[in-house]
Amino acid sequence: MIKLNLKKDSLRKVNDLLQNLDQKSNDRSFKIINPDGNHAICAGLKEEMDVIIDGHVGYYCAGMNMKAAVTVNGNVGTGVAENMMSGSVHVKGNASQSAGATAHGGTLIVDGDTSSRCGISMKGIDIIVKGSVGHMSAFMAQSGNLVICGDAGDALGDSIYEAKIFIKGEPKSLGADCEKKNMNKKDQDLLKSLLKKASIDENQLTNFKMYGSARKLYNFNIDNVSEY
Amino acid sequence: MCGIVGLYLKNKKYNKDLGKFLTGMMNNMSTRGPDSAGFAIYSTERKKKYKYSICYNENNIKEIKKNLSKEIKDAKIKIISDHFVLETSLKPLKVISIIKSYDNLNLVGYGSSIEIFKQVGNPRDVVNNFSLKNFSGTHAIGHTRMATESAITTDGSHPYSTGEDECLVHNGSLSNHNNLRRTLKKKGIEIKSQNDTEVAAGYISNGLSNKKSLKDTLIDGLKDLDGFYTFISGTKNGLAIVRDEIACKPAVVAETKDYVAIASEFQAMAHLPNVNKGKIFEPEPGLVYSWGK
Repeated sequence: MIKLNLKKDSLRKVNDLLQNLDQKSNDRSFKIINPDGNHAICAGLKEEMDVIIDGHVGYYCAGMNMKAAVTVNGNVGTGVAENMMSGSVHVKGNASQSAGATAHGGTLIVDGDTSSRCGISMKGIDIIVKGSVGHMSAFMAQSGNLVICGDAGDALGDSIYEAKIFIKGEPKSLGADCEKKNMNKKDQDLLKSLLKKASIDENQLTNFKMYGSARKLYNFNIDNVSEY
Repeated sequence: MCGIVGLYLKNKKYNKDLGKFLTGMMNNMSTRGPDSAGFAIYSTERKKKYKYSICYNENNIKEIKKNLSKEIKDAKIKIISDHFVLETSLKPLKVISIIKSYDNLNLVGYGSSIEIFKQVGNPRDVVNNFSLKNFSGTHAIGHTRMATESAITTDGSHPYSTGEDECLVHNGSLSNHNNLRRTLKKKGIEIKSQNDTEVAAGYISNGLSNKKSLKDTLIDGLKDLDGFYTFISGTKNGLAIVRDEIACKPAVVAETKDYVAIASEFQAMAHLPNVNKGKIFEPEPGLVYSWGK
């Protein structure tokens, strides 16, 4: 494992090394120490590699990630794994706002809580939060899955498209056009596979509820014409 | 954008390091606000003594000092950069009217515990100019400003103090400050600038002067102050933080057994002793958190 120290090396140098990995190199395992809340650590990685970040990180950690597996032993700031395409990001602490925002693929696992707007405009990512999420989570979520083992804040799934929300606890309130759905066998299996990804015991599978789009905002409703 | 920081010491052994810690916090927040900076330091009050933090605009400070000493017999004047702190046992009403009689003096804040300094320029230079690292005290608030709705001047810089031992820093902007300014002025609250944050400071002063606690005043503010904000407010007893209910503006709190640190971003507090062993959390939207005696 190659150790990178952000107290000694600049963030730009560390990110440059990880973003432009020597294709022939077999050293694909890195540990970053002293992140000290710096922003954009591990942003734009595009090769298969394992990176462990030891400590708390600032904004946009592992943003735009492709293929890499990033683990954070600490908390992360706004926009962790935003616009991720593939790969995985595992946050051992809590995440701030907009975790997994607009991400197209890959897996984001948060062991703690996330604050507001978790999975905002998500487009295919799987997000598994072992704690609770804040208000406006899964706002305009287009596809992918958001699993919440705790509770959710106000307006969960507001203006949601075809993403699925699985929640064990209770949402404080639902956003516009978000409704509770019946879970069929396929949904159960999907949830099972998602929990497995986050190493969550299968026994936890019970009591999850599923939410999705009521699809009433998809087309203009002529009855609302006077509202505009 | 703007960066805000606050530090409340629970353990007296760090009192001498307050300025040093706050310097690091403000330096790390200079990226969020490069236009101007300011800070308020609270130290243990001396009985029957008041401190007046004053910004002077001209170089004739010797003459000002001489004249002030004539008018205020026990005046002790400590000059730091373009500010001086005047210490006297004379009551505020009298001293404020004396200060106002000087065109080139601008009272930044006063009280038995508070000292406030603010200046235009990069926060790294500002904290250096005021030798912040040498200050000791019990709690402190700092601000690094990215100017949006009013000019880059000392008047437009934070913290704002509109009452004895009070101060406020703000990340965000208010949309109903003009109306509120008129209402508060009618109630006798003095607001000097066109800045939105000073109105919020006036709102808090009004609440406190009506014998409300800082916490209750900030809870009322959630209804009355329209806009987006994270506020850190200080009194001589402690600090409070509140975020509006939408919570677009960031804040992180780290509480250890020795201190409570508040900042816009974690990187502002990464250098504090044992911060990683503390409880680190984001204040919930629309909830007031306070620490103090």
